Amino acid sequence: MDRRQFFKLCGCGATTSAISALGLMPGTAMAAPREYKLLKAKETRNNCCYCSVGCGLLMYSHGSNGKNAEKAIFHIEGDADHPVNRGSLCPKGAGLVDYVNSPNRNHFPEVREPGTNEWQRISWNEAFGRIARLMKDDRDANFIEKNSDGNTVNRWLTTGMMTSSAQPNEGAFITHKFARSLGLVAIDTIARN
Amino acid sequence: MTNHWIDIKNSNVVVIMGGNAAEAHPVGFGWVTEAMEHNGAKLVVVDPRFTRSAALADCYAPLRSGTDIAFLLGLSRYLIDTKQVNYDYVKAYTNASYIVRDDFEFNEGLFSGFDEKSRTYDKETWYYELDDQGYAKIDESLNHPRCVWNLLKQHVERYDFETVSNITGTPVEDYEKVCALIGSTYTHDKAATFMYALGWTHHTKGTQNIRSMAMVQLLLGNIGVLGGGVNALRGHSNVQGATDMGLLCQALPGYLKLPSDKDTSLQTYLDHHTPKALRPGQTNYWSNYPKFFISQMKSFWGENATAENSFGYDWLPKWDKQYDFTKHIDMMYHGEVNGYFIQGVNAINSMPNRNKTLAAFSKLKFMVVMDPLATETSVFWQNNSEFNDVDPSQIQTQVFRLPTTLFAEEEGCIVNSGRWMQWHWKGANAPGESKPDAEILSGILMKLRELYKEEGGVLPEPIQAVNWNYHNPHFPHGSEVAKELNGIDLKTGKQLDSFSQLKDDGSTACGCWIYSGSWTEEGNMMARRDNSDPSGKGITPGWAFSWPANRRVLYNRASCDVNGKPWDPKRTIVEWKHGKWHGIDQGDFNMKLTPQESAHPFIMQPEGVGRFFALDHLAEGPFPEHYEPMESPIGTNPLHPKVISNPAVRMLDGVAETLGSHKEFPYVCTTYCVTEHFNFWTTHCRLAAISMPETFVEIDEVLAAAKGINNGDWIQVSSKRGSLKIKALVTKRLQPLKVNGQLVHTVGLPRHGGYNALTRKNSSCNILTTEVGDANTQVPEFKAFLVNIAKAEEI
Amino acid sequence: MSAQDIILSSGTSKLAPAAQVRKKLSKVAKLFDATKCNGCKACQVSCSEWNDLRAPIGEFTGSYQNPADLSSECWTLMKFNEVIDEKDKLRWQFTHTACMHCDDPACLTACSTKDAIVQHANGIVDFDSDKCIGCGYCVTACPFDVPKLDSVDQKAYKCTMCSDRLQVGLEPSCVKSCTTGALKFGTREDMLFIADLRIKQLREKGFTKAGLYNPQGVGGTGMMMILHDIDDPQSYGLPGDPKTSLPIKLWQDVVKPLGAVGIIATVAVACLHRITVGRNIVDESVDETDEPAELDHTQASKSDKE
Repeated sequence: MDRRQFFKLCGCGATTSAISALGLMPGTAMAAPREYKLLKAKETRNNCCYCSVGCGLLMYSHGSNGKNAEKAIFHIEGDADHPVNRGSLCPKGAGLVDYVNSPNRNHFPEVREPGTNEWQRISWNEAFGRIARLMKDDRDANFIEKNSDGNTVNRWLTTGMMTSSAQPNEGAFITHKFARSLGLVAIDTIARN
Repeated sequence: MTNHWIDIKNSNVVVIMGGNAAEAHPVGFGWVTEAMEHNGAKLVVVDPRFTRSAALADCYAPLRSGTDIAFLLGLSRYLIDTKQVNYDYVKAYTNASYIVRDDFEFNEGLFSGFDEKSRTYDKETWYYELDDQGYAKIDESLNHPRCVWNLLKQHVERYDFETVSNITGTPVEDYEKVCALIGSTYTHDKAATFMYALGWTHHTKGTQNIRSMAMVQLLLGNIGVLGGGVNALRGHSNVQGATDMGLLCQALPGYLKLPSDKDTSLQTYLDHHTPKALRPGQTNYWSNYPKFFISQMKSFWGENATAENSFGYDWLPKWDKQYDFTKHIDMMYHGEVNGYFIQGVNAINSMPNRNKTLAAFSKLKFMVVMDPLATETSVFWQNNSEFNDVDPSQIQTQVFRLPTTLFAEEEGCIVNSGRWMQWHWKGANAPGESKPDAEILSGILMKLRELYKEEGGVLPEPIQAVNWNYHNPHFPHGSEVAKELNGIDLKTGKQLDSFSQLKDDGSTACGCWIYSGSWTEEGNMMARRDNSDPSGKGITPGWAFSWPANRRVLYNRASCDVNGKPWDPKRTIVEWKHGKWHGIDQGDFNMKLTPQESAHPFIMQPEGVGRFFALDHLAEGPFPEHYEPMESPIGTNPLHPKVISNPAVRMLDGVAETLGSHKEFPYVCTTYCVTEHFNFWTTHCRLAAISMPETFVEIDEVLAAAKGINNGDWIQVSSKRGSLKIKALVTKRLQPLKVNGQLVHTVGLPRHGGYNALTRKNSSCNILTTEVGDANTQVPEFKAFLVNIAKAEEI
Repeated sequence: MSAQDIILSSGTSKLAPAAQVRKKLSKVAKLFDATKCNGCKACQVSCSEWNDLRAPIGEFTGSYQNPADLSSECWTLMKFNEVIDEKDKLRWQFTHTACMHCDDPACLTACSTKDAIVQHANGIVDFDSDKCIGCGYCVTACPFDVPKLDSVDQKAYKCTMCSDRLQVGLEPSCVKSCTTGALKFGTREDMLFIADLRIKQLREKGFTKAGLYNPQGVGGTGMMMILHDIDDPQSYGLPGDPKTSLPIKLWQDVVKPLGAVGIIATVAVACLHRITVGRNIVDESVDETDEPAELDHTQASKSDKE
């Protein structure tokens, strides 16, 4: 047995432990927990967007809130001050950060032309213009000003709207004014299902 | 909710029926466990499936989906029979003593006035007997044979334990236990709460399911008290707000009514919707209707609403029939609709009868999808093998997909189930060019204004008149709209403090009267964050704002007797002491009145009391009655074989042919959400997709054995409307039930199947469901329809 | 936390003890009450969210349990079991499955790499992945089958009891999110007190077999569990009588010190040799041929995953 073989035999699992046992490893090595990830992150209060318990949220974003860095939300947890959830969240709420940062978010206005099989990116201005055109043509052609009894009814039935129940009240009220001023009757919410 | 989430901790018996709080509202369910641990409360769960709510229940009873009314009317009968009734409450605060017209009848499943051809009732007889002054006649002794109390007793008499068990499949032994537990809260010192959700609304008699429960709560004296109430657990985070905002085909914000063709003028309309008191000395709060409505018109049309033009009344569209989504999709299907906006809804997956919806969408000229996520709806025209078997070249719909912000990227108020209006703040910008919905709709409206100005067109006035007087008309800021909703005194320009300041002369503007007080001169009340609970009863008056008037428990006048003395000193909400009202909550009545003057807690009713007999307000009757689901697994109604299902259900042309029979489709299918997912949204979230990567169908062990199906096998589930392939979960949590002499199996199908997300590709359960809905609300019967199953090859 | 908060460390022995604890810290514990759990998975998801873990999206496994098992990307998992109880009633049992933070941790005992596994003075057993060499001894040693090797970096991972949160004074993420109060966190003393009260309450409610799972074979655990039926932990997917097994004990307490003694002797002999004989030229080429083989192995396993 030469010296090398002798070392191999003795070594194996015991090598590192034994060498450190002799004090040959640097003394600074220690098991330290990971750095607390929310240090200096910006905290914003919000409410969960899923069910109607209305749990309070603390959202944490990177970025100093200064003008040159875009904030990005990287962690969301329950707001312990909130009297209903007192910090807790259900699994959907606990995973909210993956909703905000979902790879399936829409980024730009797009249009799919009749009979085609793809999206085309368009500008907001083009989207507003084209949608308004389609609406006006349909409204002017199909608006009912008076019913068969001759009474004013001012309704537009050939266009309708399925409205959101996750947007804030303010958006919902804007939606309502938008729809009724145009004469839309067939508006509905997911409240029905 | 009449009460709110935290208040559940004050309950003695929590009943979860028609909902599954542990899975659909897990954090709210936390207050159930709180009540169980610290208040000794018992949890009762009644559900066709042994759910995660049932897992913690003291008492679980299965029932056949679609038989809740039989269950609850049987419970009412039991309470009356065993005298477990809060008589003080019933006599003072309900219409038990009111006398009903003598031509009102109920025979063999039908109430008086039914017209078979139109499937509707002439409801004239469903009313009180009135005296010369137009007030309802009453008999306080409850002896009159036609008083509501005696009619109710007579109506529920048929629902004895055996009859109920024969219909519901609930074993008598379990049923008795449930009845005894709930009955125990008839005393003044106990309260039961009912937590329900879509498990009750998703039926052709959803409204009556809920009424049946409300009647039980009235019998027990459990409404208006701490730990009691009628507690709807709303679905989406702001579906309460969306409903408050009147985003429904016949509504205006604040539960005002969109006028119909019958309301030919402003005056006719106001007369129609402003009720006259049915008893002397009533608050009859809806008598203020004109103030709410005129103020709303001032908010809608601004300076363009004047007394001369009836405050813009004519510009409002009038309805001739109910254009709910089912009706409108049916019109689309028949080629009568050209354009459709879909805002934050995955309609192709969520709407019933997917194959019909797909065909309907394919006939549109244009569709505008506004959503933060790339949903299946926006690509309904794209082929996705068997999950969406379409040919894009054959679909001529122009589809716009507009990216919207989501909660974290916008500020504003959402309203939780407990009516709390909570303000939230923006945490980051949305990706790419996403915009809030309000900005998108404003952008379109501004373009329309331009076009109408340039070209003229049909009735351009309301488009130009609608009040868009925001700082930046292209982007109404949340705070501006919130202030508009609260209301303003147009003379002083000051924010209103409360809806009591509203006027019907055009001098106040208010978008939504019930929100008045949410943004006063003192600032944004919805943003308040004082979580202190001085009474220890879970009432946090300094946290956010609870509509109406920051009131946390509705009908709280009913928590004390006629003389203002709390029924239970430990449950005091308001109390008359030393010639004044005191309380831990805003009184839900005029606190300037004496106890005797205010002894009508249900102030929104013209007679001020809770109704066992609902007058002419519902489509299918003033009392609930058990009707089978449209697709019944027993093919008959054991109570009245001639009237099997709800006679007043709307049947659109051609829909009857899409209903299956129990001979071809023998099993009851019910659809639902699981804890891990929120409809289809979370299928786009990696964490949720990891925790539940694939949808499945749950079947009981007996049925699985009979069909040779093993856990994890692929099976085909089919209804009269379509079929899908899915993996089976064979479980003890479903049990066949003995109903009317046969075994009825329930098949459970979660509603999270999507094919364009991060989860595994699955079909939507709505391939199978029917669009036939509740006779009042048209909410489809997602919870009880018929299917067949068979072993299948792997996809 | 610092080295001075560490009371046990892997790869050390009585001959070479870990740093000394200078401060007395109370031991902490997580208390899981299976009788209050409704299996919502909030703990599971918030664990992954806080610790930035994303397991692969799997498939239906025949139950509500997803993923199928713990992994290096899933440190907390809800297990689902349908059990018929003694009253012939169905009981749907949910088990919060994560590291038990044993007082006498088998993983730490089995680990031969210095400081790769430590036990903090508060009782938390923590892995330091920088030091982990991926030998997998902890994986085989754990009687609860908790630590898992990562297929990419070949290191072992498990629940840290959110030691990063603990050090700034916060409770673990899973505990914070728990909706029903089935998870509680505090000193072990407090948790034992709460458990005792709760078990009495449960027995009054008719759960006559309710009890605390705090197995002594591993010295007691930093995650204790209140079970409906303490006689049947197997029905929750838990071992009946887990132990820090004998061979591991022998390895740590006998063989390793012997190895150290052997090495000390070797070095002593080497020194002696140097002094007496003088320097030897060592041919290192053998080592160089060894190394690439090991690299190949890592690459092969990586491409397997891709």
